[in-house]
Amino acid sequence: MAMEMRDLPKKETKDQMLTIVQAVNDGMRTLLETDDRIMLLGEDIGKNGGVFRATEGLQEVFGADRVVDTPLSEAGIIGASVGLAVNGFKPIAEIQFLGFIYPAYEQVMTHVSRLRMRTMGRYTVPMVIRAPYGAGVRAPEIHSDSVEALFTHMPGIKVVCPSTPYDAKGLLIAAAEDPDPVLMLEPMRSYRAKREEVPSGRYTVEIGKGKRVKEGTDITLIAWGAMMPVVEKAAEQAEKSGISCDVIDLRTLYPLDRDLIAESVQKTGRAVIVHEAHFTGGLGNDIVSMINDTSFLYLRAPIERVTGFDVPVPFFALEEHFLPTPARVVQAIEKAVHF
Amino acid sequence: MNTHYPIKQVMDKEGRIVDSSYESLINEQLVKDLYYHMYRIRTFDRKAISLQRQGRLGTYAPFEGQEAAQVGSAMALQPADWMFPTYRDHGAKLTFGADMAGTFLYWNGRVEGCVPPEGRNIFPPAVPIATQLPHAAGAAWAERRKGTKNASIAYFGDGATSEGDFHEGMNFASVFKAPVVFFNQNNRYAISVPIEKQMNSETIAQKAVAYGMPGVRIDGNDCLIVYFEVMKALEEARKGQGPTLIEAVTWRTGAHTTADDPTKYRPADQGKDIVDPLLRMERFMKNNGYWDEAWVQETAERITAEIEKAVEDMESYPTPNVEDLFDYVFAEMPAQLAEQKQSYLTHLRGNQ
Ligand SMILES: Cc1ncc(C[n+]2csc(CCOP(=O)(O)OP(=O)(O)O)c2C)c(N)n1
Ligand SMILES: [Mg+2]
Repeated sequence: MAMEMRDLPKKETKDQMLTIVQAVNDGMRTLLETDDRIMLLGEDIGKNGGVFRATEGLQEVFGADRVVDTPLSEAGIIGASVGLAVNGFKPIAEIQFLGFIYPAYEQVMTHVSRLRMRTMGRYTVPMVIRAPYGAGVRAPEIHSDSVEALFTHMPGIKVVCPSTPYDAKGLLIAAAEDPDPVLMLEPMRSYRAKREEVPSGRYTVEIGKGKRVKEGTDITLIAWGAMMPVVEKAAEQAEKSGISCDVIDLRTLYPLDRDLIAESVQKTGRAVIVHEAHFTGGLGNDIVSMINDTSFLYLRAPIERVTGFDVPVPFFALEEHFLPTPARVVQAIEKAVHF
Repeated sequence: MNTHYPIKQVMDKEGRIVDSSYESLINEQLVKDLYYHMYRIRTFDRKAISLQRQGRLGTYAPFEGQEAAQVGSAMALQPADWMFPTYRDHGAKLTFGADMAGTFLYWNGRVEGCVPPEGRNIFPPAVPIATQLPHAAGAAWAERRKGTKNASIAYFGDGATSEGDFHEGMNFASVFKAPVVFFNQNNRYAISVPIEKQMNSETIAQKAVAYGMPGVRIDGNDCLIVYFEVMKALEEARKGQGPTLIEAVTWRTGAHTTADDPTKYRPADQGKDIVDPLLRMERFMKNNGYWDEAWVQETAERITAEIEKAVEDMESYPTPNVEDLFDYVFAEMPAQLAEQKQSYLTHLRGNQ
């Protein structure tokens, strides 16, 4: 078997209107077509096409050796992926829901993320872990966790979290091309929320770069993934009372886009960070300290955070109270602006 | 040690006794009780699916086809035993004494549905696969340390045997001679993954060999063999003989959950040869002169009324209390959490 990456034209060809989950599917299809080393591993990803249909149709085209229905074992999936990755393959492992990654946590923490360091670069682990995350779809318990901070805290693994179909495909391909392990968190709640034009063929969205989705002057709003629609709605409402919001979709959670955050906050002098994950130990705190380090003298108000609470994600009857809402974000915006 | 695992049965598909060694243990009351509970949980299951379709319940995991396994095992328990179910074992829970309205509430996203009734030790359903096996080992170990005769039963599926927690729980129980019955319902699929892709071992029962415990393979659609074998394993456990692994071979008639479409991964004719466990028990009852139309009729009416009442209770249950989000995380709420609670409640009041 010739194990090589075919040099397909990187230029963007015809566009298609895709949802996030379809864009993820298209990204994996593109990778499988253009790189023989790519293998997909996961529970129910083959014949069933994934519980969210993210791998729909791929086993039929690329075969059961490349799109693999694994045993029900997250530690096995990630541990075996380490072995595959050091030995010539590029695994893209699906964890069915982020809340089920915990059995594999040891593998990610002790091996995936530090094999390069422990062998001074002799062994590397170029693999992608994909996992749908987040609440808001009335899922059964444990299916709604949002624990990106467990992984941004972990040295040696990058973390990305797209909020749009275009970024989902582009970040997935960038993750697969990256020489290091990347965790891609996929906002379950936005999987089918809207369609957007997505180029067919190979393109990337650079890891480590956020995106300004709305230009404004009074306050910076920073969010990612499933919180983007919440923040955009809050920005619209704030706009009605004359507050102009600079809205940033972070897209990569590690490494952070320090320049974009600093540039925006130095312009507005205020910031609200919004995440669905728990407050304490949440990524919001790292962003606050980064703003302190880069932009303290520009600040006109304390930085606000709107997050999930320090409680386990509740059963769905109470999940609307756990999740940040546009109303809570607007309240934080007003607090900062009227400080 | 046994390394060959034929499927044990009391009755065949026609409801005829195939192993006379159990005959003396069978009586009309036992058979009627088992049938009653199978009928009851099936009616519950079908009601739950229909409520889900009407939008009156969240995503639901049906167990139709597995009633004999769930009822036979739960009926073998003593009231002071511990039950560790999965998300598919609410039939076993209901048989053991879980509250029916509470069970509906669980599937409606209400944490109240996890609270066991007074006087019963029923763990909240294990959603992360296989995580309950070490718990069952620990609770049983505690009973042994306390010198009681109580045991625990852990329910889990075929797919669960691939997780580390399965092996760790089995090993702990056997090392510490904990009185546990590891009750596997092999319904041959873990969502879409068939058992041949899940493992390379021919049976699940044989995995017991690795942990030095007895392994038994039974017809999980034969309620009587389930009842007798679980009873036997529990008795051994109570005597200090340690754990047993039981593989009950069964079949999930419907979807993995109401969000799943089994036609995507199961051949249309697969499972067609399986005789429904309730029908098998009905045949058995008819063969033995236990079938009483009037009793069946009366039982059906009683169960329908019970279920209607439970649905009513679920739907008239007080709306969820926002404060519950915060109040049960710690015995004493840390100040930083109390502050989050306070500020959220203030926010809510401001928005009313
Ligand atoms: C740790 C973990 N990984 C994945 C899942 C998602 N999941 C839920 S049920 C299931 C299949 C379980 O199969 P099996 O153990 O055979 O039990 P069954 O559903 O057939 O009763 C999977 C993969 C989960 N709940 N927990
Ligand atoms: Mg199964």
